[in-house]
Amino acid sequence: MARGTAAGPRAVLAYLIRRLFAAAVMLVVIILVVFGIFFLVPRWAGVDPATMFVGKQADPAAIEAVRQKLGLADPIFAQVWEFFKGLFVGRTYAAGGDVTNCAAPCFGYSFRNEQAIWPVLTDRFPVTLALALGAAFLWLIFGVAAGVLSALKRGSLWDRGAMIVALGGVSLPIYFTGLLSLAIFSYGLGWIDAQYVPIEESFTGWFGGMILPWVTLAFLYAAMYARITRATMLEVLGEDYIRTARAKGLTEPVVIGKHAMRSTMTPILTMLGMDLGALIGGAILTETTFSLPGLGQAVLKAISDKDLPVILGVTLITSLAVIVANLLVDLLYAVIDPRVRLS
Amino acid sequence: MSTQRTTGRRKQAAAAAAVVAALLSTAACGGGGNDDDGGSKNGAAGFNAANNKVAQASLAKKGGELKFAGAQDADSWDTTRGYYGFAWNFMRYYSRTLVTGKAEPGAKGAEVTPDLATSTAKISDDGKTYTYTLRDGVTWEDGKPITSKDVKYGIERVWAQDVLSGGPVYLKDVLDPKGEYKGPYKDKSKDKLGLKAIETPDDKTVIFKLPEANSDFEDILGLTSASPVRQDKDTKSKYGLKPFSSGPYKFQSYTPNKKLVLVRNENWKQSSDPVRKAYPDKISLTLFTNANDMDQRLINGDYDLDIGQTGLSPQGRTTALKQHKGNLDNPVSGYIRYAVFPQSVKPFDNEHCRKAVIYGADHESLQTARGGPVAGGDIGTNMLPPSVPGSEGQKYDPYEAATTNKNGNVAKAKEELKACGQPNGFKTTIAVRNNKPVEVATAESLQASLKKVGITVDIDQFDGAQTTGIIGSPENVKKKGYGIIIMGWGPDFPTVQGYGMPLWDSKYILESGNNNFALIKDKTIDGLFDDYVKELDEAKKVEISTEINHKVSEGAYYLPFVFEKFINWRSSRLANVYTTDNYSGQYDFVNLGLKK
Amino acid sequence: MTELSKSGAAVGEPVKDSPAPSAFLEVRDLKVHFPTDDGLVKSVDGLSFALEKGKTLGIVGESGSGKSVTSLGIMGLHTAGQYGKRKAQISGEIWLDGTELLSADPDYVRKLRGREMAMIFQDPLSALHPYYTIGQQIVEAYRIHHKVDKKVARRRAIEMLDRVGIPQPDKRVDSYPHEFSGGMRQRAMIAMSLVNNPELLIADEPTTALDVTVQAQILDLIRDLQQEFGSAVIIITHDLGVVAELSDDILVMYGGRCIERGPAEKVFYEPRHPYTWGLLGSMPRLDREQTERLIPVKGSPPSLINIPSGCAFNPRCSYADVPKDNVTRTVRPELTEVGSQHWAACHMTHEQRERIWTEEIAPKL
Repeated sequence: MARGTAAGPRAVLAYLIRRLFAAAVMLVVIILVVFGIFFLVPRWAGVDPATMFVGKQADPAAIEAVRQKLGLADPIFAQVWEFFKGLFVGRTYAAGGDVTNCAAPCFGYSFRNEQAIWPVLTDRFPVTLALALGAAFLWLIFGVAAGVLSALKRGSLWDRGAMIVALGGVSLPIYFTGLLSLAIFSYGLGWIDAQYVPIEESFTGWFGGMILPWVTLAFLYAAMYARITRATMLEVLGEDYIRTARAKGLTEPVVIGKHAMRSTMTPILTMLGMDLGALIGGAILTETTFSLPGLGQAVLKAISDKDLPVILGVTLITSLAVIVANLLVDLLYAVIDPRVRLS
Repeated sequence: MSTQRTTGRRKQAAAAAAVVAALLSTAACGGGGNDDDGGSKNGAAGFNAANNKVAQASLAKKGGELKFAGAQDADSWDTTRGYYGFAWNFMRYYSRTLVTGKAEPGAKGAEVTPDLATSTAKISDDGKTYTYTLRDGVTWEDGKPITSKDVKYGIERVWAQDVLSGGPVYLKDVLDPKGEYKGPYKDKSKDKLGLKAIETPDDKTVIFKLPEANSDFEDILGLTSASPVRQDKDTKSKYGLKPFSSGPYKFQSYTPNKKLVLVRNENWKQSSDPVRKAYPDKISLTLFTNANDMDQRLINGDYDLDIGQTGLSPQGRTTALKQHKGNLDNPVSGYIRYAVFPQSVKPFDNEHCRKAVIYGADHESLQTARGGPVAGGDIGTNMLPPSVPGSEGQKYDPYEAATTNKNGNVAKAKEELKACGQPNGFKTTIAVRNNKPVEVATAESLQASLKKVGITVDIDQFDGAQTTGIIGSPENVKKKGYGIIIMGWGPDFPTVQGYGMPLWDSKYILESGNNNFALIKDKTIDGLFDDYVKELDEAKKVEISTEINHKVSEGAYYLPFVFEKFINWRSSRLANVYTTDNYSGQYDFVNLGLKK
Repeated sequence: MTELSKSGAAVGEPVKDSPAPSAFLEVRDLKVHFPTDDGLVKSVDGLSFALEKGKTLGIVGESGSGKSVTSLGIMGLHTAGQYGKRKAQISGEIWLDGTELLSADPDYVRKLRGREMAMIFQDPLSALHPYYTIGQQIVEAYRIHHKVDKKVARRRAIEMLDRVGIPQPDKRVDSYPHEFSGGMRQRAMIAMSLVNNPELLIADEPTTALDVTVQAQILDLIRDLQQEFGSAVIIITHDLGVVAELSDDILVMYGGRCIERGPAEKVFYEPRHPYTWGLLGSMPRLDREQTERLIPVKGSPPSLINIPSGCAFNPRCSYADVPKDNVTRTVRPELTEVGSQHWAACHMTHEQRERIWTEEIAPKL
């Protein structure tokens, strides 16, 4: 930890390059693992992966052809190599007189429905991102507000009530709260038509369809954030520098809103970055419950279909999202907390 | 891959689902209106009103958007590649064939009627030559006429299994049993029409020359895999993403696993099509990931019907039966759900040991595990589905499964065990797909009742996505010792050939992708199939079908659970609704209309 | 100082029966009690003293003697940060420059904080906000009480940093607390406290967290600044050595009460309470040889919930049995004048104490 002024732009750049390099290595490892799970595990179990992609009247010629077409006969490293080549320079699929050129970034074609993966990702990513960001907006506002209020009114009826609700929110799984909210607000009372409508069709329809998923997902996280905000706030309020702030003659709103919040928000923001990253890959339950056509839904379907290219594509995108989110958090952390140095 | 690892989570989810189901039914009680069994002009037509009969035919009006919902997308919308029953049914919106099923309810719907052709085939006396003439005014979506070459090319695509895998290959087996033709994509001839078995002397005439007669050939031509495809519009492996339409509707947009929208094909002429009413202006299919959510939306009236046509999920079923019975039909699905005994696994090589299992099983509890008499179906007593000609239904019950031995017959089972040389019982393994909770439940039921007769079974849940690889390989089945496999089968087309040939004919025992799980090698049965395909007389065909069923059932290769039934939802908006045996008790999609 | 009237009909002018005192700061019978689940913690239990401008008072005692709570009470911070806890109870009178603070409007008192009375804390690292620069924190302290723009305030901050002896103040103003050494941090803290020229400065253990050499520098700095600004200063410490150098008066606290107070030289050279003797005995002195043993006060500080009856110090006092009739354990001794402006609370007679001091204690020191 160097004394003196903050690290210069060169140090930040070097740091970024180092981190990006590490991220690239990480992505390669992830791809290898996914490939491994996909091709090695069935092989150990004595099952030919090719049989998963032929109909119920599978004739041996068809199985062999599928094997050729999907490159299942090639060694895994050759397949991985082809995959990477596709990402950067595109690749060409040729089988049985059917030639397909796949331009970079080529994530390949679905084994199941022959759809190119890249458009699937670009089509579905915004849905997941909107779900995550919208929910994050809600849970930050309500979670942090509830946490701060609870801390300031510790032991009060409000505090106890809020913390019980928060405990519920943390421990109830999304498929429970999700189905419950659907049952009550959508099917039962009919207040909200919780059906996904693409934003380009109708903004109000889209917004209406996103309300329940946002609220349900936000409830889960708001609960968590409220508890952590409360604990952090109470800890911060006991700090000497809060006493100093009061001794300066600052009003209580400034003491809480500026001095205490600044410190309280640091762990919250760290968590937010991680959670957003994880949500982009892990909103599967929410997307499934509400039939939202996002990445989580796609990957769930792909896993049950053993559709490797889709799994790989989604995994890559979501790993990237997690890595970027972590990097942003680290950078943000260095901005928020001057004691942190990028190294 | 491990076959058990999702069980814990599934239990948790099931528990949560049960709680929610309870809440749902209460919520719905408050809001829902009451539909009675009796039909009304603007309401539901009544329970079973569309089951094997036409409901509210006169109320159908032109126009509107018919809304399908689905929990699963088609395996492919390419006519050559699709194998899901609902996909074949739905394909009739945008694809025509020389002949197809009649636009009539029940068994009549399974009868062949001319579609693109002016009449059914002129068949030569030896049953080997089929001649069709194309109708006037049949066109593609761009207005160009559909020619005999387009028909031939479409059929030839079945040969390109290396590119277009997944669909049925009956055409290939019948027209080119030796596999001489390599498919249009490897066809050296200029017009890519090198298949010798089909001749197209002019644009209107199609002649099929079969190496061997096959009395079900017109049924096979009624499959959507015999659809015409125009060569310049063939996008090969991508064709399923946007097929070129010959029917009354065409693809407007399609995102797999999300949404499919069909709009009117303005170049299709009602006068050229005796089968399709084509009432709605627009057909949409919205795909859900949460089947319960989908059922709720059906009940709410947001959608008209489930494209899957495999029945409501348990919680939706409960609500619907209570409050909206008039919106339900309870058709026979054409599927038989059963356990099958591979003869390669000892002691199932001995027919008495197989019979011991059949007698030992509690048929009623198996039926309950399948969902009971309404949602599950009648107790299965033999191996021919009620929708297939030649079936005698429950009247033929060689093991008295639906009567005397309904709850198992321990004494008889022990007798059979003695005869088999295993008086103290034996141990074996049940193989069951892990993604079908109902099948797992039947396996557990079977396990419990077999214990009473001294047969101990382990249950091995295998990855359902790898069904073909795991139980489709006789070698693997033998290695794993799967003495009992839980499966189900429905007819590809409703004849004994379309249902039973892949299951029972010894020439269908394959090294991989095998469906003759019992490994039946019975000269009599093979001979009966040979007779069947040569027999052109309908009455005699039915007779042979019955005989095949008797042979298979008496051979004790199978323990049938149920003749499956579903509870399907029909929205109050639907008119001209009826189930058809052509698609195993599904509604005839292409003739559905909406009320105004 | 413009916006706040210090006399007449100022906001929160107290209405009290007792007459306003003449001293700049006068504390009368101050009690600060904290209700807890275990009972009432009597941190301060009847404390009185006065302090004139330009003078320094040293409050000495062990931890838990109530000296820090006294300072927080004066600042009006005894209840601050007690969210959801049972509120502290405070009674008595605190007169600052003619105004009684306990009965005054809390917002009036808040406006006095930082401007009229300021505080320096023990550990400057934890007392400064880690996420703001020294400059930002000083600027903020200045701008609460002065309507000036940031530039003016920043110039003032640099000027103050310069005044407390921080080199290159125009650069260091943008540093964060963790970038300063301990001594520099305390200088910065002092700069922040003095930025509004407060008339009362309370330094709570200002040197405890610092190196011995730095301690002396900081004490020198406080003395210099006091002379320059003419403020009244209260130094709170457990270390008699610190107050010896700075204070005009010394007040020794034990168990939430004053047990001896008087001019510094009196308390130092003629202490009249056995506890003060103990403090003197435990004071490390540079002028003495290492081999000589310190005489620490035996035992541990009293519980503030169950303060011993009689003299609170009696369980630890070697002379508890000198007065007759067990009076030390039954009757609480009052402060009595033992010399000019010199008061102590002990049951022993004047003579007994003088004898013990001159014969037994002083020779050992």
